[in-house]
Amino acid sequence: MFGQTESLEILEPGAVEQAPQTCDVRMKRAAGARQLGVMTRQDKPDWVAEMRRIRDHADEEAFVALFDHFAPRVKSFLMRSGADAAMAEECAQEVMVTVWRRAAVFDPSRASVATWIFTIARNKKIDALRKQRRPEPEDLPWGPESEPDQAEVVELQQESAYLGQAIADLPEKQRDLIEKAFYGELSHSEIAAETGLPLGTIKSRIRLALDRLRHAMERKQ
Amino acid sequence: MRTIKHHLTEELILGYAAGTLPEAVNLAVATHVSLCDECRAAVEAHEALGGSVIERCGTEDMSTGARDSALAAIRGAAPEVPATQTPDAVLPAPILSYVGKGLADVKWRPVGMGVKQAILPTAPGATARLLYIPAGVAMPDHSHNGMELTLVLQGAFEDEDGRFARGDIEIADDAVQHTPVADISEDCICLAVTDAPLRFKRLLPRLAQPFLRI
Repeated sequence: MFGQTESLEILEPGAVEQAPQTCDVRMKRAAGARQLGVMTRQDKPDWVAEMRRIRDHADEEAFVALFDHFAPRVKSFLMRSGADAAMAEECAQEVMVTVWRRAAVFDPSRASVATWIFTIARNKKIDALRKQRRPEPEDLPWGPESEPDQAEVVELQQESAYLGQAIADLPEKQRDLIEKAFYGELSHSEIAAETGLPLGTIKSRIRLALDRLRHAMERKQ
Repeated sequence: MRTIKHHLTEELILGYAAGTLPEAVNLAVATHVSLCDECRAAVEAHEALGGSVIERCGTEDMSTGARDSALAAIRGAAPEVPATQTPDAVLPAPILSYVGKGLADVKWRPVGMGVKQAILPTAPGATARLLYIPAGVAMPDHSHNGMELTLVLQGAFEDEDGRFARGDIEIADDAVQHTPVADISEDCICLAVTDAPLRFKRLLPRLAQPFLRI
């Protein structure tokens, strides 16, 4: 799956902007925003900016915006994964509080905000529903000396948006397979060779961000 | 970082990203990823699929007051900074969280011919153990009832599939029959994970047998 960059061809930025449902005004706004180096998914809110407001200014309005968008989705994800409504509600709240408390470690050159929140929700699910520990990889901490480059952030966020679009464009049956794998309703071998999604480009971007972190860590030592 | 030659399968990468693997298997994946940026990037790329699942899975209304109680919880909440781990030269952080501060804390039990093992306390569904194999010793010829993951942490071993050194992971299914032999140069320490819990009981008497194939 990683090597299939050819499937990206249909997902060039131009192709997305030429999609019939995208009106001219949005195209201009998105293009302008890109020139300014501001990440935007057309009319979608800029979640990365909201995360920075939380990190730098403990901004409660930014938290409310994230909460209103993501808490009901996290709750739905947890219910689909087998939690009852009360437990899903409680866990979704805890996930959002974790988002606040860990705002400083969110690395937008490696994940979109939705992806990062997914990982917190996933770990909460393993902890609360399966009563298991979740072994996590050794940390790759980043500090001021390795603060992600804005261009890298914009690119990774755009790739994540394209991936979301590519998934939306999949035939329903295939999309269903991916979702089932994440709800634990399907063995992974059933979908591993299946999707042909443009994960290769995202992986290369993350790889570059990891190299940058490794170099920063070596300089510190 | 050493260049890793033997990597995770896509099935394991996806399963780890989705969070649907048994704990012991997650431990093997997290340990390999700690040593392999290539697979770390692959895992994080697959997590992006999870991000889109969260965006697409629909919404369930939060109850009235949920947002206010979340706001109350964050006010005065201290930032959560991950505890800085004191690194161990052999055991990466995910394994340390099961054994203690370092290699010296591993509670080895001898199983014969200088081979030692330590079962790690993971949830049912798969079994994780550390294996200590003296230089030059061969493991008994065995096949697998289920999947077996063998991740090298120190030294190296060689079998029909090639040479495996620190960070390399061998993924064997029940079709594979193999005879790993530890390198002569250094004692070998591995994390071994099997996903068939009963298999372990059957493996015990075999491990206790004398190693005739040195």
